[in-house]
Amino acid sequence: MSRPIDGTFASPADAGRRLAEVRYLADEAIATTVFLAQALGKPLLVEGPAGVGKTELAKAVAAATGAELIRLQCYEGLDEARALYEFNYKKQLLAIQAAPADRAWQETHDDIFSEEFLLERPLLAAIRRAEPTVLLIDEADKADVEVEGMLLEVLSDFQVTIPELGTVAAVRRPFVVITSNAARELSEALKRRCLYLHLDYPAAERERDIVLAQVPGIEAELVEQIVRTVGTLRDLEIKKAPSIAETVDWARTLLALGLDALDEAAVAGTLGVVLKHVSDHERAIKELGL
Amino acid sequence: MTGSLVDRHTGFVAELRRAGLPVSVAEGLDAVRAMRLVDLLDRESLRAAYAATVVKRPQHRLTFDTLFDLWFPAAVGDGAGAAPDPERPARTLRDDGRPVPSALDPRVQARRDELADLLLSGDDAGLRRFARLAVAEYGRTPGQESWFSAGVLRAMSPETLMARLLAAVLEGRERGGMAERVARRTFRDRMTRFEDLVAGEVRRRIAEDTGVERTARLAVRPPLERLDFAAAGRAELAALRREVHPLARRLASRLVRKQRQGRRGRLDFRRTVRASLATGGVPLTTRHRPPRPHKPELVILCDASDSVSAFAHFTLLLTFALREQFSKVRAFAFIDAADEITKYFAPGADVADAMARMAAEADLVWITGRSDYGHAFKVFDERYRDAITPKTSLLVLGDARSNYGELSLPVLRAMAGRARHAYWLNPEPRVQWDTGDSAASPYGEIVPMYECRNLTQLTAFIEELA
Repeated sequence: MSRPIDGTFASPADAGRRLAEVRYLADEAIATTVFLAQALGKPLLVEGPAGVGKTELAKAVAAATGAELIRLQCYEGLDEARALYEFNYKKQLLAIQAAPADRAWQETHDDIFSEEFLLERPLLAAIRRAEPTVLLIDEADKADVEVEGMLLEVLSDFQVTIPELGTVAAVRRPFVVITSNAARELSEALKRRCLYLHLDYPAAERERDIVLAQVPGIEAELVEQIVRTVGTLRDLEIKKAPSIAETVDWARTLLALGLDALDEAAVAGTLGVVLKHVSDHERAIKELGL
Repeated sequence: MTGSLVDRHTGFVAELRRAGLPVSVAEGLDAVRAMRLVDLLDRESLRAAYAATVVKRPQHRLTFDTLFDLWFPAAVGDGAGAAPDPERPARTLRDDGRPVPSALDPRVQARRDELADLLLSGDDAGLRRFARLAVAEYGRTPGQESWFSAGVLRAMSPETLMARLLAAVLEGRERGGMAERVARRTFRDRMTRFEDLVAGEVRRRIAEDTGVERTARLAVRPPLERLDFAAAGRAELAALRREVHPLARRLASRLVRKQRQGRRGRLDFRRTVRASLATGGVPLTTRHRPPRPHKPELVILCDASDSVSAFAHFTLLLTFALREQFSKVRAFAFIDAADEITKYFAPGADVADAMARMAAEADLVWITGRSDYGHAFKVFDERYRDAITPKTSLLVLGDARSNYGELSLPVLRAMAGRARHAYWLNPEPRVQWDTGDSAASPYGEIVPMYECRNLTQLTAFIEELA
């Protein structure tokens, strides 16, 4: 790209265009919300079923604005030491053992609680960076409730207090994207501070464009059939509805098999690509009359 | 911002709150800040700006969209480019001045042809324009004051276009196959979209005549989690059923977390020593074995008669989706006799199937086919007495309306006495208990009875139970 990459989006349309340049097809709601999150300097909470491109959105924003992506993957048992910062115990221990015997304790103390022994974790790293940054807090619903409290503190002021070193304030506010599969309800307090975007399965037209962009060399006619069939599958009462990623996989599979029309036999033979439960298979076979 | 826009905004936010969306003052301010950044003439941008700042739960989105369309209508009056042509009356009149029936009226049929073309092409903007025009033409019969969508849908009757549409796409390919099913669904979606557009347009016209607040109050349904099971329509029941698995997943993760943080298990010596190596042999943190989970056995006894079926089905689905949280789940259904229905909910079984098979195969009816709690309890006690053990939690689902039959209180008392816990969930509002043939109090004295009419109440109860 010849155009110099500049950090901020000028308008919703600009956001949509630049996301499209990095091959993320955003509809109007997504583009507007991303633009607003950046313009208002608020974290963006993205919720929706698995595989609709929540994490991809953060990556695309990073690529489109020329920012670096820092990722905090949440899991059960994630704590401050893993998310924010930690002192390097082992190195501190070594430093104490290596210190000359006559050195005063105060001196050693000041020495081992310094920058050198600090292990930076994603949240602190994102705050301290002077260059444009996108901070992705992935699957926040997997983390424990206490982590939310910590996030609230960090995300409202963008500063962290380390007792031994003092307060670290953000040099430049990172663009924060929080994703959630809604495995549990995030707290009201966190939701209030964020802009909210609910990503659902895309409309047929948008999904068709996504598949066309992701799978080069595929016939538009076939994609149309795939997208409509996936839409029908999502309407059935099944355990796990096919995601966008699975639609794309399906298109690749059919392309690789050299099939140019999606008839009963083709669907029956490749159903495993989109549906991953036995009961879902049975239901689809019954409902679609395969 | 100008004064009128601020008024619109505050009125809109107040209406959202009235409809049950928790919009805080800070969020309202965010919405105003966001409005200053987007192009106010672009309605979809404005909608996205509001949605991002004030709607934080997907269940609230439908309510939001309905209200947004009322407060920020896409058009005023007939709207630009959609005014009916005064030269071309909407209907042909007979000599006596009464309109010709729609099916025979060439003007109505011409409009229907237009609609068929739009449904075939899936042109959403065109469909929206057409809906506005159709409401202007057929939404109000001469002499009537108000607007109705029924008239529009009767004149256009989109569902009767299906055969024509299918014939156009399938182009002579065999019927009944997958292609037809997929096409049928696509068209049904577009027809639903058209019906929604018409309904929205009618609401907008009514709001212009009678005021926005009044229309809003009539138009908005409560959000899914507070929707009364008994009042749910077919589409809403389907939506509820789709909620079962996500809800079960949410509940399960909450339960696991609750169990884990409750008490710690025995000290895990080996892991504690291993962890201490990292801190020079000093055991700074102790490690524990996970606690033994508490898993109750669950026996569910549910009324399967029509009056409570929606509620009972949903509760059964949810309990079986949560199977892992209980050491054993057995379900029995009754109307005036009782039968075990556990087998229909085998792991991986299809949700809709389970319900249909249960209704067809289980032996629930003794004589009348109307609920008879007394007889049902007796049958249950005779045939399945050993199902209830001191480890069991007994859960009765039903409205306690026994059609004035006998109540068999001693049988129920004995059952509740043998179980570890017993609960009764009643889907009727508390004020209706003990009215008519309801035996809520006599039963409630033996088994504590809880009102359970919507998703919120049910989730709270199940969380308590596990």
